[in-house]
Amino acid sequence: MGRMDTTKRVVITGMGVVCPLGHDVETLWRAILAGKSGVGRTTIFDASTFPTTFDAEVKDYELAEHVKSANLHKDSNRGSAFVLGAAAEACRAAGIDVDTANPTDGIDRERLGIYLGAGEGSVDNDVFFAAIVEAWDKEKSEMDWGRWAKVAFGRMTPMRELEQEPGMPAAHIALLTGARGPTRSCLTACAASTQAVGEATMIIRRGDADAMIAGGAHSMIHPLGLTGFNRLTALSTRNDSPQTASRPFTASRDGFVLGEGAAIVILESLTSAEKRGVEILAEVIGYGSSADAFRVTDMHEEGRGAIQAINAALADAGIGYQDVDYINAHGTSTMENDSIETKAIKAVFKERAKKTPVSSVKSMLGHLIGAAGAAELITCVLAIRDNIVPPTINLHDHDPGLDLDYVPNESRKMPVNIAMNESFGFGGQNNVVIIKRYNG
Amino acid sequence: MCSTRVVITGLGAITPLGLTADEMWAGLCAGSCGIGRITAFDPVGFTCRIAGQAPDYDIRQYVPKSHRKATKLMSRDIELSVIAAQEALTDSGLKTKGIDAENINVDPARVAVNIGAGLISCDLVELAPAVAASVTEGRFDIRKWGKEGLELVTPLWLLKYLPNMLACHIGIIHDLQGPSNTITCGEAGSHLAIAEAGQIIARGDSDIAVAGGAEAKVNPIVMIRQCLLRRATSENNDDPASACRPFDADAKGSVFGEGAGVVILEKLTRAQGRGARIYAELAGVGQSNSLNPEYEHLEPDGKGVQLAIEKAMADAQIEPADLDLVIPHGTGIPGDDLAEAKGIEAALGEAARKIPVWPTKSMLSNTGAACGALDVIAAVCAMNESRIPAAKNCDRIADGCNLNIVRQPQSRKIRYALCCSYTFGGQTAALVLKNVDGETAK
Repeated sequence: MGRMDTTKRVVITGMGVVCPLGHDVETLWRAILAGKSGVGRTTIFDASTFPTTFDAEVKDYELAEHVKSANLHKDSNRGSAFVLGAAAEACRAAGIDVDTANPTDGIDRERLGIYLGAGEGSVDNDVFFAAIVEAWDKEKSEMDWGRWAKVAFGRMTPMRELEQEPGMPAAHIALLTGARGPTRSCLTACAASTQAVGEATMIIRRGDADAMIAGGAHSMIHPLGLTGFNRLTALSTRNDSPQTASRPFTASRDGFVLGEGAAIVILESLTSAEKRGVEILAEVIGYGSSADAFRVTDMHEEGRGAIQAINAALADAGIGYQDVDYINAHGTSTMENDSIETKAIKAVFKERAKKTPVSSVKSMLGHLIGAAGAAELITCVLAIRDNIVPPTINLHDHDPGLDLDYVPNESRKMPVNIAMNESFGFGGQNNVVIIKRYNG
Repeated sequence: MCSTRVVITGLGAITPLGLTADEMWAGLCAGSCGIGRITAFDPVGFTCRIAGQAPDYDIRQYVPKSHRKATKLMSRDIELSVIAAQEALTDSGLKTKGIDAENINVDPARVAVNIGAGLISCDLVELAPAVAASVTEGRFDIRKWGKEGLELVTPLWLLKYLPNMLACHIGIIHDLQGPSNTITCGEAGSHLAIAEAGQIIARGDSDIAVAGGAEAKVNPIVMIRQCLLRRATSENNDDPASACRPFDADAKGSVFGEGAGVVILEKLTRAQGRGARIYAELAGVGQSNSLNPEYEHLEPDGKGVQLAIEKAMADAQIEPADLDLVIPHGTGIPGDDLAEAKGIEAALGEAARKIPVWPTKSMLSNTGAACGALDVIAAVCAMNESRIPAAKNCDRIADGCNLNIVRQPQSRKIRYALCCSYTFGGQTAALVLKNVDGETAK
């Protein structure tokens, strides 16, 4: 049980993404460097009367363009379909064979694992609401379960129901790749895929896998998802200007923009990557996780949990805060997150706080919930590759209390060797991953 | 390389057999069955009308005064997990904020929480008035919902149904600020949560972990899903006690239920230092995948289960012959049970025919994300009493199952026990528990 080789180095050898700004990594990156917004009117269902009428959707996505075995995944919910495309891209980039029973990539399938931060699929909306309408007895204020069962049995389909299970995206990747190694799926709200990448790194360090397909997938763009977030008043209601609605760190921020998508990185032991001779994109050097243990509804006022997670990640990486060149913020564009995240960064980074660029790509991507952290990590890898820091767009009115360098509106050329990715979730989940340029 | 050993120092369980781990164990030893006709809702019209339901409880008695208001934000899954965590922490002798705020003896930053959780289904009765207010000409009208229905949904509604809220409530009640994770791998969830918690302690990121799983499956949506997938039995509705028949020739499907199982994991040296009761050591963990395009079923040769078991044994550095007890997933779904039996047999080889195999779901029902943790607790109890109760409803072993299903209660020294699980979707898990009583093994 106790094996842990802390000297084992873990690197990133592939990346893939399906998100509102594109269906592959380079398209996403071009859009981000250009400061484009992926936000628009909600088209997946009729949200025209909801408090929020816009979101950040994945558009024009066809699974069959990404995987050959689309028939094995024909019942996929949105999250599963997205994650298949992202995983296929990441695997190809890393030289890992997909869609074949006889891989020749040099990776033992029993040592290839999966770790996703993945969300539940949408309920089957038409039947779901119809069955309630049919069965609700208004007079008695109770459900007639016999009537409900009749509608449900008649119209629900077993696979559509199964696809709602949050473990299903991982199941689809397993079939796509033949992975037989350690496989887990976690769902720690908006921090899930950062946690997945962090824990997957630990699985490789522990020696239980040579490579891990890690990341996240989620779509909460459905009537109940939008209802839930609207009722929490967590979403922006800037219906007259969707593309400027996600405006992290501004004084006028009024909530996040609901997005969807999937993002995958291939994590690999350095030994395995060297043996296979694949390109190394970055090294994962630190991971920290903590809980606020404060309130179900709010973050800890002083960012106690965030500070602990950042410090844990720095300690795991064996570096000081002075060594971090760029912070990819959780930066949701909610009043609460952006001010507490700023406080936490100040507490840890002290005199370096105002000198370390902090940006939120959620200003362009929206909030991919469970998939957010992994998508943002990919932008960190690219920031290191190209020595460019992504911008925070829509940053025109400064909140006087928020005085860090948020890289307003335009990407910035600057040397980036070490980047830190922060993710914080409802309920007080905090996860931080630190990556570094690979220099041999 | 470090070699931190991780042990279990506390147990908590709420199950159809009772409100505590002791009641569960007593029920298992007596061959009791916690399955009965569903009372949580009227199951008329459902093909399966039976389930395992926990006894009544008052959640407010299980939380400190400061958290009573927050019980309004608890779905039943959350309640169950909070109850089991409260018992496990009390049992361990650790004093957290929620156990004894005056005498806290843990460092909150060094305690992790890892919980396996299911897909929490919303309460249709709670949602129904809002849906009913959104009807135009007899049909649900999404535009009306967006304008009017939505306003009738309680503002914090979503927070009851996020799977990570089990771990969050536990963390808040007991002030546990270490790594916190929620594993959503269906019926393998709590094994994987315990595995990860053990690894977090082993790698030095925590000293203690509250780990396990909970799920409340006695809900119309969950039940209909299992009926539609034909995983739930549609026979034996009139004879609930004989309905769930793992590895039996007359098995017709699983019976679902609700429960929570939580164990306290602790660094061995810390547990020894405070003179804690040590139930067992978490000696090895393994995990893999079943690769089956029929996602709801285990692959026919059980390969994913086999690999998980082999890895767990390698992790614990033991041979199959070192095992004295296997608790399989054993759902009562004939094809799945047969596949699992093949996987276990392939992993254990010759020894598979001798090692006692004891399925528990005929008594506990299939509690989803809780079931793995409940099996760990059952294994620990068996180990501590050197006693293996009899399997229930396994009267005529199914053809092709070459396992030594325990037909009669046995007294047996258990050196190592193996628990394994798998889930729809394919994730598989296995845990090896070691009897540390006198360090007799190896």
